[in-house]
Amino acid sequence: MVMQKFIRLKAIAAPLPWANVNTDDIFPGPGASPLVRAGRTELITDRSQMGANAFAAYRWNLDGTPIKDFVLNQPPYDRAGILIARENFGCGSSREHAVWCLDGIGIRCVIAPSFGDIFYNNCFKNGMLPVRLPEQAVEGLLAQAAVRTEPTFEVDLEEQMIVAPDGSRHRFEIGDYQRHALLNGLDEIAATLARLPQIEAHEARYYQQRPWLTET
Amino acid sequence: MQSAETLYEKIWNAHLVDRLPDGTCLVAVDRELIYEGASVALAGLARTSRKVRRPRSVLAMADHMVPTRNRAAFTGAARRFIDALRADCEAAGIRYFDLDDQRHGIVHVVGPEQGFTQPGLLMACADSHTSSHGAVGALAFGIGTSELEHVLATQTLMQRPSKTMRVTLDGQVHPAIAGKDLILAVLREIGVGGGIGHAIEFAGSAVAALSMTGRFTLCNMAVEAGARVGIVAPDETTFAWLEGRPMSPPPQYWNAAVDYWRTLRSDDGAQFNREVRLDVSTVVPLVTWGTSPDESVPVDGAVPDPAHASSPQQADAWRRALQYMGLQPGTRIKDIPIDRVFIGSCTNSRLDDLRAAALVLRGHKLARGVHGMVAPGSGVVKQAAEREGLHQVFLDAGFEWRDAGCSMCYGSANDSVAAGERCASTSNRNYENRQGAGARTHLVSPAMAAAAGVAGRFVDVREFT
Repeated sequence: MVMQKFIRLKAIAAPLPWANVNTDDIFPGPGASPLVRAGRTELITDRSQMGANAFAAYRWNLDGTPIKDFVLNQPPYDRAGILIARENFGCGSSREHAVWCLDGIGIRCVIAPSFGDIFYNNCFKNGMLPVRLPEQAVEGLLAQAAVRTEPTFEVDLEEQMIVAPDGSRHRFEIGDYQRHALLNGLDEIAATLARLPQIEAHEARYYQQRPWLTET
Repeated sequence: MQSAETLYEKIWNAHLVDRLPDGTCLVAVDRELIYEGASVALAGLARTSRKVRRPRSVLAMADHMVPTRNRAAFTGAARRFIDALRADCEAAGIRYFDLDDQRHGIVHVVGPEQGFTQPGLLMACADSHTSSHGAVGALAFGIGTSELEHVLATQTLMQRPSKTMRVTLDGQVHPAIAGKDLILAVLREIGVGGGIGHAIEFAGSAVAALSMTGRFTLCNMAVEAGARVGIVAPDETTFAWLEGRPMSPPPQYWNAAVDYWRTLRSDDGAQFNREVRLDVSTVVPLVTWGTSPDESVPVDGAVPDPAHASSPQQADAWRRALQYMGLQPGTRIKDIPIDRVFIGSCTNSRLDDLRAAALVLRGHKLARGVHGMVAPGSGVVKQAAEREGLHQVFLDAGFEWRDAGCSMCYGSANDSVAAGERCASTSNRNYENRQGAGARTHLVSPAMAAAAGVAGRFVDVREFT
């Protein structure tokens, strides 16, 4: 699968000052989604339609009206391209739907002190940039994002830099491989298949030493 | 001689095909489990005219969306997903256990039960609770759908290795203390973010003394600490448990396999990035009060007060949790009434789990107004339980005796906890809305769940008669 590229982004950031936001919060299961419960959709399988289910339990009433208190329902954050949250964002279930539905509402970058491991990896497969910054820096960005007058942030993956509305610059770390894959929209499967001889050589050695594995 | 390695590093390195300068590795995946959620990955392969590279390395069954009752006639999305999985597996030559196959069940119960999961294997499944398989000494972790597509196409993954963490549990536990109490105690200690970026090896005398069922629960919920991997070095308990299972190494190779498996332990002097030690001799049954798996207190304790939180952020989180859970600070756990009991899920649906619950329930009935259901982890578990008459104990107590599936753990397959209802649940996540919109989940061990069902409120199973 060819990945969507991520190079630069200039967008409004929405503050979600919650810790341990789990992927059930982000993409609720069938029994929890007001959309599914109200019969508005059965189970969302079409990626392009998944935005509706993003944070659905916090965003929608059963009658389909928006819950006004929730940050992503409020202007200007309903146009946010960046989400800022506290530690361990995307913990819990491995469901990639969590990334797909955020993408579906236009979020392309999430900034937090730390992420659930599986969610973090899933982001890169979908052109989404997860940015880890120190807790103190994130608290500062949360405060800036909370100012409702178009809090516009710039994200530059080539420079590995976040520029906040106050002009402060925050460099972030990211693995070279993941950075390269995002910048280029790498087709990872094709890249790996090109290395089949190396994989097969490994397997030949491995299975020769473990004859009990070839019998199943 | 090689430098001392941890168990995780040993298995990882045995699967290493290549390592990039930034530390990202191309690792060979031995085996993968798939369920009905895999249809997206399989469709991705079809769209790009790629094939499942090694179909015999895959074991498939539906578990997430399967109804746990009235299986003959169900319709809708679940039916479509399950039909698609069956058809895809047939087309690709993947072994598939259908719903009427006795071997069918929750993937994390069935994989080990069939001997598909073995020590030293590197395994993946698009489900976070894949960490469960570490209980037999496999290096197993959850992946996303895109990564699954990569595994199916190439039988490899591009991943950075996790950092290593050893959680040593020493001391003799009370007989009524289960693996569930131990992992809840670990979560209390290190928090739901404590294992981020790490693989946790569970070690120590309490782990050595633990049954395989308890080890599955421990490793299953390692992911609730943020660790993708939980693992226990295989030992005599493991070997005895695996011998003779349908897909275990055949007799002519058994000794060779066990000889290899004995090498799968952290070397003396191996360095872990983090070490945590816990004396578990004082662990008492734990009950979660909040909406995060690390928010538990001893059953004889009380709901904590946000005023005593360690930071303003934690106080915020506790207030939100208390509001959702409908609880007041200071309320004694034993004064919390419950509406439902759920015994099941990949965390606690194995035969020993059901035995522990049945032992408590024998001669008792569910309290008035309390609904109880048991969903055994597999058809094999269900049959074994019925041979022992456990189903009769549950039925006599007023429980529903269901078929295997994830169902009530995450509000799937039309099983859910109603808004505002409180469920004593043996599952793994007490998140907001996890068991249904507005559902209030309290995580406990199977014995504690059973005792709560009888009393209609939480009680200390050690005092339960």
